[in-house]
Amino acid sequence: MADLVTFTIDGKAVKAPAGTLLIEAAKRAGIEIPSFCYYEGLALQAACRMCLVEIEKAPKLAVACTTPVAEGMVVHTESPTVATARKAMLEFLLTNHPLDCPVCDKGGECELQDMTFRYGAGESRFTEIKVHVDEKQWSPVVYYDGPRCILCYRCVRICDEGMGVGALGIVNRGVVSEIAPNAGDHLVCDECGMCIDICPVGALTSGAYRYKTRPWEMTHIGTICTHCADGCKTTLGVRNGQIVRGNNRDRSGINGEFLCMKGRYAFDFVHSEERLQAPMRRTGDNFEPISWGEALEMVARKFNEVKSRSGRFGVIGSNHTTNEENYYLQKFARQGLGTSNIDHHRTGDIATLVDALSGREDALATTLDLYDSKAILILANDLSQQHPFLAFQIRANRRHHDAHIYVITPGPVREDRYAVRSIRAPEGAELEAVEQLRDALQGESGLVILYGDAVKGDAVRRLVAFGDSLGIPVKYVALVDYSNSRGAFDMGLTPDLLPGYQPAPAPGLNYDEILASPDLDVLWVVGANPLKDHALASPGAFVVVQDLFMTETAKRADIVLPASSAYEKNGTVTNVCGQVQRLKAGAKVMGVKPDLEIMGLIGREMGLNLGIWKPDKVFDEIRSAVRGYNIPVPALAAGGAAATSPLNGRAPVPARPELIRSSRDTLFTSGTLGRYSKALGELLEAPGSLYGGR
Amino acid sequence: MPLYNEPSPLEVKVLTRRFGLPNSASIDTYLANDGYKAFLKAVEMTPEEIIQEVKTSNLRGRGGAGFPTGMKWSFVPRQSPKPKYIICNADESEPGTCKDRVLMEYDPHQLLEGMMIAGLAVDSKKGYIYIRGEYRYLIDHMERAIAEAYSRGWLGKNIQGTGKDFDIYTHSGAGAYECGEETALLDSIEGKRGIPRLKPPFPAVVGAWQSPTILNNVETFCAVPAIIRDGGAAFAALGTPKNGGTRLFCLSGHINKPGVYELPMGFNLLRMIDEVGGGVRNGKKLKAVIPGGSSCPVLKAEECDLAMDFDTVAKAKSMLGSGGVIVMDEDTCMVKAMLRIMRFYAHESCGWCIPCREGTTWLRKILTRFHEGLGERGDIDLMGDIAKNMLGRTFCALGDAAAMPMISFVEKFRDEFEAHLAGSCPFGQVHELALA
Repeated sequence: MADLVTFTIDGKAVKAPAGTLLIEAAKRAGIEIPSFCYYEGLALQAACRMCLVEIEKAPKLAVACTTPVAEGMVVHTESPTVATARKAMLEFLLTNHPLDCPVCDKGGECELQDMTFRYGAGESRFTEIKVHVDEKQWSPVVYYDGPRCILCYRCVRICDEGMGVGALGIVNRGVVSEIAPNAGDHLVCDECGMCIDICPVGALTSGAYRYKTRPWEMTHIGTICTHCADGCKTTLGVRNGQIVRGNNRDRSGINGEFLCMKGRYAFDFVHSEERLQAPMRRTGDNFEPISWGEALEMVARKFNEVKSRSGRFGVIGSNHTTNEENYYLQKFARQGLGTSNIDHHRTGDIATLVDALSGREDALATTLDLYDSKAILILANDLSQQHPFLAFQIRANRRHHDAHIYVITPGPVREDRYAVRSIRAPEGAELEAVEQLRDALQGESGLVILYGDAVKGDAVRRLVAFGDSLGIPVKYVALVDYSNSRGAFDMGLTPDLLPGYQPAPAPGLNYDEILASPDLDVLWVVGANPLKDHALASPGAFVVVQDLFMTETAKRADIVLPASSAYEKNGTVTNVCGQVQRLKAGAKVMGVKPDLEIMGLIGREMGLNLGIWKPDKVFDEIRSAVRGYNIPVPALAAGGAAATSPLNGRAPVPARPELIRSSRDTLFTSGTLGRYSKALGELLEAPGSLYGGR
Repeated sequence: MPLYNEPSPLEVKVLTRRFGLPNSASIDTYLANDGYKAFLKAVEMTPEEIIQEVKTSNLRGRGGAGFPTGMKWSFVPRQSPKPKYIICNADESEPGTCKDRVLMEYDPHQLLEGMMIAGLAVDSKKGYIYIRGEYRYLIDHMERAIAEAYSRGWLGKNIQGTGKDFDIYTHSGAGAYECGEETALLDSIEGKRGIPRLKPPFPAVVGAWQSPTILNNVETFCAVPAIIRDGGAAFAALGTPKNGGTRLFCLSGHINKPGVYELPMGFNLLRMIDEVGGGVRNGKKLKAVIPGGSSCPVLKAEECDLAMDFDTVAKAKSMLGSGGVIVMDEDTCMVKAMLRIMRFYAHESCGWCIPCREGTTWLRKILTRFHEGLGERGDIDLMGDIAKNMLGRTFCALGDAAAMPMISFVEKFRDEFEAHLAGSCPFGQVHELALA
């Protein structure tokens, strides 16, 4: 910790570490110094001149965003000179600003509006003709309105420094300066929309949201993105039950300001016209809608019938459903149906890692570790494509802490650009290449290793052995695909592991075996689509599918039950790093039910007693029953993330490397959900999509 | 090569001593007239001795700010393991200033020698001359001089057997006034958009390519050979206390003999106009003078009886600046003159910071309208107020450069502004709206 210095601000004596920027030190002392271009974590600009303050003995006003505090400094932030300067800067800013607040998307949550109300003049002295340029569309989701732009360069910096993309620059000079894509008239980028979120005014607007509503007409629901496994918080703007916007402008959640394009735009599958909104029964080659009562009764009757004659069940759970639903599903299968034939689509080898690390404290990395660790090794994963938030954390770590990044991948990845070493290894042989890094890694003071689905089974044990041999603290992340892939494992959606990685007394059939079984009587699929790339070997199986859409699997179903998406229900999910976070219902869709409720109702219909199916009650049970999940509830309730605790004791399981298959989603795909997102579909075809072809 | 103007007998020719000699730009003429002697002398000196000599000379930066050159050089961390760079700012763009071009045109080797000596002073082996794009012909000209120096062993490896290496390259600007600001120049030379950098760190410590860098004006480097050759004390003695040596003044405007004249620091401004410049054109009366390029506050005729050195002009609340003396006679419309200046700064504002970007254009628009006779009484105070809101609050000095003349024009010639309220320009000068 740097030495503390004492300085005076507005008559208050304040201590701050030497070198702290005045604007930050003031904030910590409860004094706001207004600014536009200053943005914590990004390069300093000193361009907007809003943060001018008076420092005694200085010849002129100083910008608080680049001035470090010094011992004995006396600062005034509210003197008449400062007030005049702020008023003047706002007057300058508004000279060429169109003042079209009544039709601007940003009206109501605009920093320029707020500042003008607080520090600006009541009326303008500018009577000349304003500079005007027409609005431009840079991509399906990014629009730029030059006249509204105040040139704070936040967008340029977040794209370059934050995303490592650098798609934006400045063109022209003086009063006609503009932000522009470096590719000319369109963006060649991740389409993450960070530039839109970070824009303090309405210059950058979102193609998905523009002109749809005013901010105060929405309810803002903080929940967790349902796409990849990184677990970013996204704030849904909901109006009349419809999601209109996703963003994270308040920088809360583990992801701070970060959201990728899926978290920001790909909520639109929720309101797809192809959503299933009534239960359906197969009639020959067609389906007919039936009531929930009829459907539940038919499913319960079939389940009871097969159960009573000890027929064969197969249960396939989901990577997207909540921990409560996954826990309830395995409980339903094991206790209600008496089967251990339960599995889910595994996308990374967590189980072997958990076993290899059993008994250790602090060996599973959180997303914060990715920002703090002195060194990071990315093994066999295109992180910027598959785990955009983890990649963002690592970029920030390198930018702020000069962390050393090491990469071993089959092909080129974005991380190559700032890695201290990048090694190309053939797919499947990535682990062998770690030996080349041994000397370098031994010189580090700590390391986080992230590994993709190429490292599985015994390879995970070899990786941990390698980590142990380095003689430095090493933490691990097993990379998995979807929003609750980690939770599905933790909750025991596998034939050989109960919740909390307890070995199952009598393991059942796994994913591939269920589908290949010739004599399955019932296949119950909750939120998955196994028949997209697998055949079902049992022709006579009665298939029950809970899903949002008429997937390949649903088309084979006898009964289809329309389920709520993650944005319509409560519960918890566990991200790739084992951080548990809470979902909050935002959107409303007619006719559907959360999977938990559907299961509860089937159970009731069958006459089972599996416990109350309210998410909070099930979570209480998880906290007491599942190893590692006894996490503090207040943190969750406040919208934060709680890391699951490390496991104590072995979780011996047969390595099943053949079952572990990542879907290799890119920034623009997201399994089934992605297929029903128009935003994602549009972007695949946008001229600027960097990775569309990959 | 013919000179642009007849020399004046009042000149003290130190930097311009070879001007007018046959083939003055050639290395032969240079060598025959004490050329590169100072470099050979400097090779025998320690870096500390060289810097001390420059300090003794009281040489102050000729680009406009007047920072003591020796002190600037002493800030370079010579022990740094990074390479050090010597960069010459030849982005001469201040309206009214045209001295660097003649120095490069008539005596390019003097500049090269000055840079080489700076190299010795800070243990640098590489120099760049950043020449404004509009001086295209000078880039070719300097390239020829550099090629000559290489072919005769005055640049490159082991110069004249001294064991010293030095390379010099030219680099073209792309037409931005802002790139004359030293840190914007560095960004430009690195291939980036030319916008100023945050200071500190200063270029002496973190300059080009993150390395320690000496950045000086052409005239500053050109003074160095004379200082080393004849001693800093001799150079200092030519000027006034703390203002060593001579200075190239660029006389322009309503004057009989416009041109570049080398005069001792502290030369009286009125004498400069009357005796060196041959007085105001057509026997008219003097109305005003901008003493150091268009960014300096204007002086009224009665304020012009002063010594032209940094400190005296500063005391008169103006600046010696870059030596561009712009003379205006009694028929000049001061509103139009101000409009002309503001058009320049509005055009050249890089756009990085708000007050300069918006303020300069706002002022240009008001002035245009005002000069047309469409002004209102409130506009006069508004213009002064806008300029004061810019002054001292912009990122770099460009905003100040626009604000300072504006404030002084309104203060000193308010009557002329008020006369325009009658509905037209009292001087009957060309309407600007058509040109705007």
